[in-house]
Amino acid sequence: MADVTPIRIKRLSKSFDGRKVLDDISLEVTSGENLVVFGRSGTGKSVLLKCAVGLMKPDKGEVFLLGENIFNISTKKLNGIRKRIGFLFQSAALYDSMTVRENLAFPLVRNFRFSEKEINEKVVRALEMVNLAEAIDKMPAELSGGMKKRVGLARGIITQPEIMFYDEPTTGLDPLTSKEISVLIRDLQTELNMTSIVVTHDLICAEIIADRAIFLKDAKVKYEGTIQELVRSDDPFLKNFFSHEILNA
Amino acid sequence: MQIPKAITKKRLSFSEKVYNFFVTMSGLTVFTWEFFKQSFFPPFDIAEIKKHMAELGVKTLPIVSMTGFIIGLVMALQSQPVFERLGASDYLPGIVAVSVVRELAPVITALIFAGRVSSGIGAELGSMRVTEQIDAMEVSAVNPFKFLVVTRVIATTLVLPLLTIYVIFLALAGSYLAVILAQNMSYQYYQTAVIDAIHFGDLLPGILKTFVFGYIVGIVGAYKGFTAEGGTEGVGRASTTAVVLSSLLILLFDTILVKLSLLIWPT
Repeated sequence: MADVTPIRIKRLSKSFDGRKVLDDISLEVTSGENLVVFGRSGTGKSVLLKCAVGLMKPDKGEVFLLGENIFNISTKKLNGIRKRIGFLFQSAALYDSMTVRENLAFPLVRNFRFSEKEINEKVVRALEMVNLAEAIDKMPAELSGGMKKRVGLARGIITQPEIMFYDEPTTGLDPLTSKEISVLIRDLQTELNMTSIVVTHDLICAEIIADRAIFLKDAKVKYEGTIQELVRSDDPFLKNFFSHEILNA
Repeated sequence: MQIPKAITKKRLSFSEKVYNFFVTMSGLTVFTWEFFKQSFFPPFDIAEIKKHMAELGVKTLPIVSMTGFIIGLVMALQSQPVFERLGASDYLPGIVAVSVVRELAPVITALIFAGRVSSGIGAELGSMRVTEQIDAMEVSAVNPFKFLVVTRVIATTLVLPLLTIYVIFLALAGSYLAVILAQNMSYQYYQTAVIDAIHFGDLLPGILKTFVFGYIVGIVGAYKGFTAEGGTEGVGRASTTAVVLSSLLILLFDTILVKLSLLIWPT
C-alpha cells in the first residue's frame, strides 16, 4: 500500500567540501501539519528544504513526497509530484522579466490546460488571497520586499498545492510586515489545508504558524516539540537562542 | 543532467586553470548533448523562440549595420591603391565581395554577436541562477533547460545567418561607395563584377558556418549563465567568460570549417 504521509525524510545526509551540513536527518510531517525548522544561520535549514524538493541531491538518504521517493523516480513523475507542491523562496525568486500576472500564470500555462479566462481568474483570486490585487500588472522591480513575498506566496499557492515549503518567509521584513505575512501564511494553510515545512529563525512567525518545531544543531535534529516546549526548555543552548529571538522580536 | 563544477576562487594556479578548462569543455559537451536531446521533444516553445529571435536581432542590428558597411568601405578603400598599382582595378569589386561573403561578414558578425549576445545571455541566466529564479522554475515542474536554454540557443542559431546575409549586403554597399569614390565605375558594372565573382561554393559555406557560430554563441552564453555561482561576482564572471570563450570557439571552428568547406567546394 502506498505511503500517505505527505512528507517523509529518511536518514538524509549532505556535506559540502567535507563539512557535514545534514547528518542522518529523519522526519515526518503528517497531513495538514505545519512543521517549523529552527536553527542558527548556516546549519543546513535551506539545504534540507532544497533536498526535500529535489533541487539538491543528498549524499545519502531518501525523501518521500506524497508517497513517492523523489530520488528514485523518472523526471516526468517527479514533475507530476512537483505540480502538487509549492515553494516560497527566501528572496521570493520572482521572474524579473515578467509582470506579476505573468509570474503567477507561468506554472498554470506551462503545466495545466486552462483557458486564458480561467488562468486570469485564478491569478486574480490568488492575488486577492494575499491582498495584492492592485499589483497585477507591476514588474517585480516595482514591488517592496513584503509585496514580493506576497506575490511569491501567491505564485506558490496558485496551483492549490498539497504541500508547501517556505524558506525564511519573513527574513528582511520589518516586524509588522513579518507578522502580517505569518498570519497570511497561517490563514492560507488553514483555508487550503496544506502540509508545510517552514524554515525560519523568526520566533513570532513560528509561534503563529507552527504545529510542531524541530531545531537543527551540529547537522542533526537536536530538539523537537511544540514551540512552547522549545521556548520553555531548560536547555542552556535553547534558552540562549530564544532569549535573543525574544529580544529581537 | 550532471554538470561538472569548476574551481571558483580569486587566484587560480596553472593546474587549476587547466582543470577548469577541461571542466568547461566537458560541461559544454554535456550541455550540447542535453540541447539536442531536448530540442526534438515537445513542448516546442515557438513563441519564446520568436521572441528571443526578435530581441537578439534588434539588439544587434545597429552595431552590425555600422560594422558591415564599414568593413566593405574600408576594405575597398585599402585595397584600391594596391589593385591600381597592379593594374587590376576591375577585379576589386569581385575580390572584396568574395572576401566579405566567404570570411569577413560571417566571422566579424559572429564576433560582434558573441560580444553582444553571449554576454547578455550569460548575465541574464547567471542572475536568474543566483537569485533562485531557475530553482523556482524547476520546483514548479517547468524544465528550465528547455525553457531558458533551448529556446535561446535555437534563436541565436537562426538569427546569426540572417544577420550575416544582411551584413553582406551592407558590406557590398560600403564597398560600392569606396569604388565610386576612388574610380569612375558604374553601378551596373560593379553589380556584374560582384555577381560574376561570387559562386555557390563561396556563398553556401559562408552562410552555413554562421549556423555553427550562432549555436556556439548561444550554448556558451547559456552554459556560463546556467552554471554561474557566487552572487553578482559570479554573474559578472559568467558574462565575461562567455564572450571570451565563444569568440575563441568561433575562431577555432572557423579554421576547421574553412578547411572542410575547401574540401567540399574547392575554389
